[in-house]
Amino acid sequence: MENTIQTVPQNWYLLLSAFLFCIGVMGVLMRRNAIIILMCIELMLNSVNLLLVSFSAYNGNSDGQVFVFFIMVVAAAEVAVGLALLMSIYRNVASTDINVLNKLKW
Amino acid sequence: MTENILQDTALLKPALMVPLLPLVGFLINGLLGNKLPKSITGWLAALAVLGSFLCSVSIFNGLAAKDAIHIDLFNWISFGNTSIAFGLQIDSLTTTMLLVVTGIGFLIHLYSISYMHDDEGFTRFFTYLNLFIFFMLMLIMGSNYLMMFIGWEGVGLCSYLLIGFWFKNDAYNHAAKKAFVMNRIGDLGFLLGMFFMLFHFGTLDFDGVATAATGLGSNHILIVSITLLLFIGAMGKSAQIPLYTWLPDAMAGPTPVSALIHAATMVTAGIYMVVRSNVLFALAPHTLDVVLITGVATSVFAAVIGLMQNDIKKVLAYSTVSQLGLMFAALGLGAFSSGMFHVVTHAFFKALLFLGSGSVIHALHGEQDIRKMGGLAKKIKITYITFLIGSLAISGIPPFAGFFSKDEILAKAFEQNPLVWGILSISSMMTAFYMFRLVYLTFNGNFRGTEETKKHIHESPAIMTVPLIILAILSIIGGFMGLPEVLGFPHRFASYLSHITDASKNLLPTTHHLSHPTEYALIATAVIMAIAAIFYARNQYVTKGYLPSDDEKALPALQKAVANKFYVDEIYDKIFVKPIQVLSDLFLVLVDKLIIDLLVNATAWFVGLTGRTLRLLQTGNTGFYIFAMVSGMIILLLIRLFI
Repeated sequence: MENTIQTVPQNWYLLLSAFLFCIGVMGVLMRRNAIIILMCIELMLNSVNLLLVSFSAYNGNSDGQVFVFFIMVVAAAEVAVGLALLMSIYRNVASTDINVLNKLKW
Repeated sequence: MTENILQDTALLKPALMVPLLPLVGFLINGLLGNKLPKSITGWLAALAVLGSFLCSVSIFNGLAAKDAIHIDLFNWISFGNTSIAFGLQIDSLTTTMLLVVTGIGFLIHLYSISYMHDDEGFTRFFTYLNLFIFFMLMLIMGSNYLMMFIGWEGVGLCSYLLIGFWFKNDAYNHAAKKAFVMNRIGDLGFLLGMFFMLFHFGTLDFDGVATAATGLGSNHILIVSITLLLFIGAMGKSAQIPLYTWLPDAMAGPTPVSALIHAATMVTAGIYMVVRSNVLFALAPHTLDVVLITGVATSVFAAVIGLMQNDIKKVLAYSTVSQLGLMFAALGLGAFSSGMFHVVTHAFFKALLFLGSGSVIHALHGEQDIRKMGGLAKKIKITYITFLIGSLAISGIPPFAGFFSKDEILAKAFEQNPLVWGILSISSMMTAFYMFRLVYLTFNGNFRGTEETKKHIHESPAIMTVPLIILAILSIIGGFMGLPEVLGFPHRFASYLSHITDASKNLLPTTHHLSHPTEYALIATAVIMAIAAIFYARNQYVTKGYLPSDDEKALPALQKAVANKFYVDEIYDKIFVKPIQVLSDLFLVLVDKLIIDLLVNATAWFVGLTGRTLRLLQTGNTGFYIFAMVSGMIILLLIRLFI
């Protein structure tokens, strides 16, 4: 497994991760649909996961992989809560547009 | 300065029991008192003191006059080469005071069971009273000045609590505060004196300090300062000019308290302290002069005020101040054992007089104004007879107790300074006058109160009259323990205390003894003066039926000043209280309101302003929040990378 990962130079992993992360950030910033924002957050998390795995393989240290599992578990929980929230928001305002939710201010 | 110090004797147990019993009584009544019935709490407190008294008697029997017991319970404070033990010391001086405090204390507890019976604070009263006895015992049993100071402060606290016992009355609370503050002024002197001793002698033990001071020689500036400071403490506690004004006001407390604390025991603590430090005072003749002048001045000044008072307890209060002045005059003359002798006899008859006045007040349902009394002699016979005995004793009529102690002091005064003798004689003549003015106005003539009160006049129950009778007997026979030498009897009291006072005897200038004819003449003069004063009072208030006027304005200027206690309270108010109030007001405006409040308010205003401004960031727009979060992270990243 290590060898398979190491067939690709580590820089490429870095670049790919950065690229995916930026897409995620831009998605979070630009989109107004809450579901898509959630998906973009997942994308950011997974770009980090990828990076962790590659470093883990290159450095022969399994800590990175353990972290990945943790992140996946947390992400699953987060999505569960996030989607539940979205459901109840949708029931109230019949929309998933985040700009509708601006009652709570000052 | 005792020769034999016993470390291990059979008396250790009773010695420890003496202060412990009232403490236990205090704890039980204080912690569980509300759950116990009244009939138990009062008797518990009284029995605790009775136990102490019995232990004191066994110590008195077992301890020879020249011996002393030292009990060091533990080493309390130690630093450098100095260590202060938590120790007790029992010698003849302590034993004398022990018997007075616990004996009279028990009688007054007994009396209070009936006197305070209908009071809602019954249990609280006995709790305080037991606490007082405990602290008073600490005061007289301590083996160093710091131990004495514990008791000194403790009795001050109890005095405060008991003066303000009826705390729902605002005037009583003021009286309590006044007593507390005035005592604090004196205590500061005591405290400074202790610091001086600790700094220069490195010890606070009575014996250690006396030894160290003897090494310095007579009239050393250090000893003069220490004794003066200690005397300031005594002035506060024993109500001497200029700190005496709290004692008449202290009569706001229940009458048994006035009898126990403000007549018989606590106020004599100052005299005890001076006698305890007699070597120091003997080494400082200048201080003794101050003590003498203060004592003589207080004695005559308070007696003059006493002439015009119309409150039965106020008359007795000024009489107490006057008698304390007499005791200090004795100490100032170097007659330490005479001063102590008067402490003891005064404790008998003044406790008797106060309890008697309590019985009168009890009979009249709280009336204290002697103008509204009169003709009580037949209705409350036991009270009348005992009160009369007390009055005869304080007036110095032989063979009552006061005669012997007073005569001894007067003789000592004549030996050294006839002028002092003259002033003190006048003072004791006035004492005889105002005491019999009190007796005649209260017990003779016709009743001047309302018909309603008249119907209810009744003698107090036996539990109140028995203490009166016992104290009356003591007032009659108490003087025989100190018969004057001229009569050819041994002076038992002086010889009992001789091991305490001998050390200072050599330090004082020797005076030639009076010849026997002179002494007889002095005794005769004193007795004739007292009897003359009594007959004058009789003439004024019985024969002529003169009644003190209600209307002060009608009085001549001098009498008006006396009736108003020479306006001393008002003068103190103007000189000390008002300026301090003005200063406090000034600080309130300048420091408190202008500086401290401003700082606090400005802080709050700034936080408020920041909050009001920053909350505008909460736009409610989720997109903006996300943008702010991401840009924040980017800024942090940039900071991490480039700075």
